[in-house]
Amino acid sequence: MADPAALPPSSDADPRAGVAVSLRGAAKVYETGVAALGPLDLDVRKGDFVSLLGPSGCGKSTALRLIAGLAAPTSGTVRVAGGGARDRLAIGFVFQEPTLMPWTTVRENVALPLTLARQPRAEITARVDDALAKVGLAEFAKSYPRELSGGMKMRVSLARALVTDPDILLMDEPFAALDEITRFRLNDDLLALWRELHKTVIFVTHSVFESVYLSRRVVVLTSRPARIHGEFRIDTGEPRGEEFRTSPLYGRLCRDVSAALAQAGAEAAMS
Amino acid sequence: MGSTHDLREQIVRLLLPVAVLAIGAVAWDLIVRINGIPPYVLPGPGAVVAALVESWPILWSSLLVTLRTTLEGFVAAAAGGIALALLFNQSKWLEHALMPYAIILQVTPVIAIAPLLLIYLPQETAVIVCAWIVAFFPVLSNATLGLNSVDRNLAGLFRLYGASRLQTLRYLKLPAALPHILGGLRIAGGLSLIGAVVAEIAAGSAGAGSGLAYRIAESGYRLNIPRMFAALLLLSVTGIVIYMGLVLASHFALRHWHESALGKES
Repeated sequence: MADPAALPPSSDADPRAGVAVSLRGAAKVYETGVAALGPLDLDVRKGDFVSLLGPSGCGKSTALRLIAGLAAPTSGTVRVAGGGARDRLAIGFVFQEPTLMPWTTVRENVALPLTLARQPRAEITARVDDALAKVGLAEFAKSYPRELSGGMKMRVSLARALVTDPDILLMDEPFAALDEITRFRLNDDLLALWRELHKTVIFVTHSVFESVYLSRRVVVLTSRPARIHGEFRIDTGEPRGEEFRTSPLYGRLCRDVSAALAQAGAEAAMS
Repeated sequence: MGSTHDLREQIVRLLLPVAVLAIGAVAWDLIVRINGIPPYVLPGPGAVVAALVESWPILWSSLLVTLRTTLEGFVAAAAGGIALALLFNQSKWLEHALMPYAIILQVTPVIAIAPLLLIYLPQETAVIVCAWIVAFFPVLSNATLGLNSVDRNLAGLFRLYGASRLQTLRYLKLPAALPHILGGLRIAGGLSLIGAVVAEIAAGSAGAGSGLAYRIAESGYRLNIPRMFAALLLLSVTGIVIYMGLVLASHFALRHWHESALGKES
């Protein structure tokens, strides 16, 4: 099952696959004096699916905000492939909440990144239609966010992140607030999209099961400040589905990752 | 919940205040009749209605004058309040510099300012300025609150996609502030009527005015108490109509998304 030959070419030791995101000694100390992150060294390959796994409030979201450019590191560097002047459409961000504008339609919400970039109207329409189709919400373009379920709102949020066709998708515990059935479905849909679109995904979560199910690589973080405790490669055959979720390999990986997470927590408590 | 139940509740909600009005009018009438109170002390409801009908041409033209003042004061308050809130939102320094004076204008009773304004300004202008002074503050403070209460993550998203100040204002801050701004306008509508009336009363003795408040003062001097009541009634109805109009406008502006405009079940 953990057969390296079955891996998609982009996910492992491919010398041509460059580095999409690179953190070197990146640390963040808030004005209040709270050290949230690092120093952290992390390289994420293009096309990889990496989970940052840590307890709630450990500072893993801060790492994501640094990569997105929403916050600046106190020390160290954060580099994102795709030019020095960070291309603002090269990154898609999905927040923990759907973070939709309640006053306007699904279509306008998904169109937002393109509207702000002053793209031509016709192109916006076409790309929004495309993004909505990808997340299976084509018929809901004219709905208002309040008319949608929690899972559907999250899909809209995902469509908005995809509409710019970004190279990198940053996801900050996007499915944490959803019920399990919806979350499983969205996990599968996300995997299908990842396989189809070859994005680099950095996925922040506190769920061991979710991280093992989704990622090629799980990075276990310690608690505030978040440092790398250890990491796992999850090499399985493709595509993943219910079979993988119920396999002994999945169970073993979850146990190992859980143990590492518990150890990371214990270390943080001692220091 | 059956719709018949909802309908019945609606009817009851409409009928209750009407019933209270009817009971009040009957009681008022009885008190006047039984005690034989003369109309120059307390006219009965019949006398008030008669005065309303009889003096309708005068009262109607006065109402139009007051309405016009109110409207001009309201528009000035809305424009001034929103514009000032936008400026404050763009520059904290400007807010710190000017907010205290906005508060001073608000807490100083307008009835005390009105005579001064009447000295320095032509009467029509002074009346509008009075309406503006009373009404602009709720617009300003509500709009400021609204502009400052934008969702953090949405603001982050706008930054991530490199939104300009103007884009952030247009696509994020103004729509997010709209419910608050409309709440401010709802208060300002009634207040601009009050401002207009206060200024008219203050100007009343100067004599040039012909608004409803001036009619009340004038009728008072002539001991025409029924007409005083009739004019007062007209003012109340005007206030109610302004308020309902603004509630309706607010409902239509927010009906797609805001909690305040949604039914219980959606």
